[in-house]
Amino acid sequence: MSRPAPVLVFGDVAEGDLLPSLHHDVTATTVVLGALATRDWRPMHHDKDFAQVRNGTRDIFLNTPNQAAWFERYITDWTGPHGRLGRVVFRMRDSVFPGDTMVLDGAVSEVTVDDTGCGWVGLDITLSVDGDVKSTCSARVALPVDDDDNPWRRGADRWKP
Amino acid sequence: MTVIDEVRALIGVAQYEETGEFPVERSYVWTMCASVENGNPLFWDDDAARDITGGPIAPPTMLSVWFRPHHWAPGRTGEHLPLKVHFDLKERLELPEAVMTDNTMVFHEPVRPGDVLSTRQVLRSVSDEKKTKLGTGRFWVIDVEYTNQQGRTVGVESYTGFGYRRATDPGGADGGAP
Repeated sequence: MSRPAPVLVFGDVAEGDLLPSLHHDVTATTVVLGALATRDWRPMHHDKDFAQVRNGTRDIFLNTPNQAAWFERYITDWTGPHGRLGRVVFRMRDSVFPGDTMVLDGAVSEVTVDDTGCGWVGLDITLSVDGDVKSTCSARVALPVDDDDNPWRRGADRWKP
Repeated sequence: MTVIDEVRALIGVAQYEETGEFPVERSYVWTMCASVENGNPLFWDDDAARDITGGPIAPPTMLSVWFRPHHWAPGRTGEHLPLKVHFDLKERLELPEAVMTDNTMVFHEPVRPGDVLSTRQVLRSVSDEKKTKLGTGRFWVIDVEYTNQQGRTVGVESYTGFGYRRATDPGGADGGAP
């Protein structure tokens, strides 16, 4: 079987490029699935009464580790499986609730090649609802620089995330 | 030695080293991917995983999941509190409220199903007292380091926390999150 070709290679990307938007209608199921998947059993992620009374929020809300997973999915939907995440920095500003349509948008902030020859793409991503930014994420993801490169096969000495 | 000197003496010291209760589970990878509709073939297609990553891996952002236990286990007593160093700082510095301002994850060696990971927490810095909109307190940075059974680093998470006393509430009733 032939090796699968990368979806995106480093040379395809330029600073300022926009990633396609991702829209997702958040339901109570989205929130509960995300909490379960991250083993976050705290009641404000599954018990509406608790969230309202104890947290003073209008409903249960998405937890942080699951938002990280949404950002990862958004990035690798764009890069394809050869894209290897090096670093993410995220900052939560406000909560995301059932009934919200969350929208992820991203732009390429930087393209660089490090001294090991690894091609890095910097991304600035926002997660917003009705135009209000709820979380932001800056990420650094490696893409193959040519047909012979595969960021996943870089050992510790050639991987500087 | 004042309390702040005692706290700062812990900077760079590895604390709360622990090994995961169970190996990295592939079915949990699918649960996670299903929750965010992540169709990356690395997690679903064994041929793609073999060709690209040398076999199945777990999504990198699942790092902290492997140290959040299942809801129940036979014989377990007490509650597992993640990021214990953060709660120690709140208590020792008598700062009843705290928020996390940002979270960085750096990914090294891929995590694979069957791996048994270990973790430790390292305090990196504690600021002088600062006044913010929330109240007066201190910022701190805590690294959570993760290694696999070969002792190789698989990732590091850094958390910046701000522990504080509310401006209007000098006595400080507890209840802030986290």
